[in-house]
Amino acid sequence: MSVDKQQLLQFLLRQGDNTLVLGHRVSEWCGHSPILEEDIALANTALDLIGQTQMWLGYAAEVQGEGKTADDLAFLRDAWDFRNVLLVEMPNGDFGQTLLRQFLFDAFQSVLMGRLMKSSDEQVAAIAAKASKEIAYHVERSADTVVGLGDGTEESHDRMQAALEYLWPYAGEMFESDDTDAAMAAAGVAPDPAGLREEYDALIGKVLGEATLTIPDSRYNHKGGRNGAMHTEHLGHLLTSMQWLQRAYPGCEW
Amino acid sequence: MYAQMIKTASAGVKSREEMTDQEREFQDKIDNDIKIEPRDWMPDDYRRTLIRQIGQHAHSEVVGQLPEGNWITRAPTLERKAILLAKVQDEAGHGLYLYSAAETLGESRDELVRLLHEGRMKYSSIFNYPTLNWADIGAVGWLVDGAAIVNQVALQRTSYGPYSRAMIRICKEESFHARQGYHAIMKMAFGTPEQTRQAQSAVDRLWFPAIMMFGPTDADSTNSDQSMAWKIKVKSNDELRQQFVDQTVPQIEYLGLDLPDPNIKWNEERGHYDFSDPDWSEFFNVIKGNGPCNVDRMKDRVAAWDDGEWVRDGLLAHAQKKAAAKVAAE
Ligand SMILES: [Fe+2]
Ligand SMILES: [Fe+2]
Ligand SMILES: [Fe+2]
Repeated sequence: MSVDKQQLLQFLLRQGDNTLVLGHRVSEWCGHSPILEEDIALANTALDLIGQTQMWLGYAAEVQGEGKTADDLAFLRDAWDFRNVLLVEMPNGDFGQTLLRQFLFDAFQSVLMGRLMKSSDEQVAAIAAKASKEIAYHVERSADTVVGLGDGTEESHDRMQAALEYLWPYAGEMFESDDTDAAMAAAGVAPDPAGLREEYDALIGKVLGEATLTIPDSRYNHKGGRNGAMHTEHLGHLLTSMQWLQRAYPGCEW
Repeated sequence: MYAQMIKTASAGVKSREEMTDQEREFQDKIDNDIKIEPRDWMPDDYRRTLIRQIGQHAHSEVVGQLPEGNWITRAPTLERKAILLAKVQDEAGHGLYLYSAAETLGESRDELVRLLHEGRMKYSSIFNYPTLNWADIGAVGWLVDGAAIVNQVALQRTSYGPYSRAMIRICKEESFHARQGYHAIMKMAFGTPEQTRQAQSAVDRLWFPAIMMFGPTDADSTNSDQSMAWKIKVKSNDELRQQFVDQTVPQIEYLGLDLPDPNIKWNEERGHYDFSDPDWSEFFNVIKGNGPCNVDRMKDRVAAWDDGEWVRDGLLAHAQKKAAAKVAAE
């Protein structure tokens, strides 16, 4: 079954904007993390996310068919055209909040990529296959850190619990579905995210349990990122630094 | 270079007659280019000097993340962002190998970091200069890593085995950084007039700080003789500086930029470029803590360490719980 190009574009922007915005956030740690090994690991995570962005937005630009590049999409769209979930634009906070955000996202990606590797769209399947190796490593690392800090000292436990309470209302948006998701599911490009929730809950339940953290009861979730209806105030600031050179000196080669 | 003004712990070079048998045997190994390994006997002063030098080099790699990290979130393309992230990640990795090399001499990383944070150890003066425009990132890779390579290629022959091996490994990556940096500044130099202006500004600001990296002139460089005899230092500051200037001037010319020093001129007789001395009073000021970024760099590093204490404590506590549980299960 043929895919509606506009819907496919939306889907690809969601993938690429998630990795772009989170890669940016993680890269903000450079040189400031608690220990040298973490400086290396965070730079490496950011690098993988930017690499995945190049693939997702590269394909998005191709599908869009207006002669644009991945860079045009990253650096020359305004906030309302971004399609990332709100979770990834949330500020870094302390190291624990950063790693918890990473874990909530990595866990979702690890469940999703397994499905995308079987996508009817060959390019989606190829990107997912490449990204899934990195994601498997990311989720293992972020899960280990969440467990280590959750089940560490009293202070580290309390900070992780506070981070979980802060970020939990942003986890649910990853499982929202709309027309785009229905179109992707019908064409066999991607699963309906709502159907991934059970597997996700099992995965994070196990890790957060080991971390001695309590998942809040509330299932209320903020949304508006993945359809662009309403981002947080944070995204504009992030884009202000990210896009500054391209905006200030348009049309240059870098 | 990343190790400057390392005070050699020594009362002066001993003659063969003044040496003990052990010292003579040690010196013979060095003279015959046999590497000294961690378990080998070595004079205390050799050990102390090496710890200072390797420690300062490690600190430089770590603090060096900051001026480049300053542009990661503003890199102009995804590819440039990826290249810069990979480079900064490499630099942190260099810090790690070097701290490990220092550990083989019996000095822990935590202790070296404590000395740095207390202001009792230093890092290269170059990282106390700011990165102010995107061309600076190209210039740092090209000039700063370029100068580091000149020094570190020489240090591959250094007498201490783990240090020498770390240098060999690190140099490969530094060469890659220098090439990528030159490529980035080429884009700027050959770009729009505004980009060219940024490239010129970068070269003008970073030239003298880059040639200061090799340390004071040989005439003012105390304690060098013992370090040379121990092959902790392999070439003199002035030799290395000249080598850097000779390789870099044609590269500036190729970029079509103005030379940052009106006295740079090929000297047929010497077979080298002549150039002006940097302002050494500025250098000594930066070393003393009065560079444009000294205070902020240390503030950042100390804050990162202090803010991270709960993380290190938490992970350690968890590892101990796990180990205890494992013992209990056995
Ligand atoms: Fe390095
Ligand atoms: Fe270096
Ligand atoms: Fe480097």
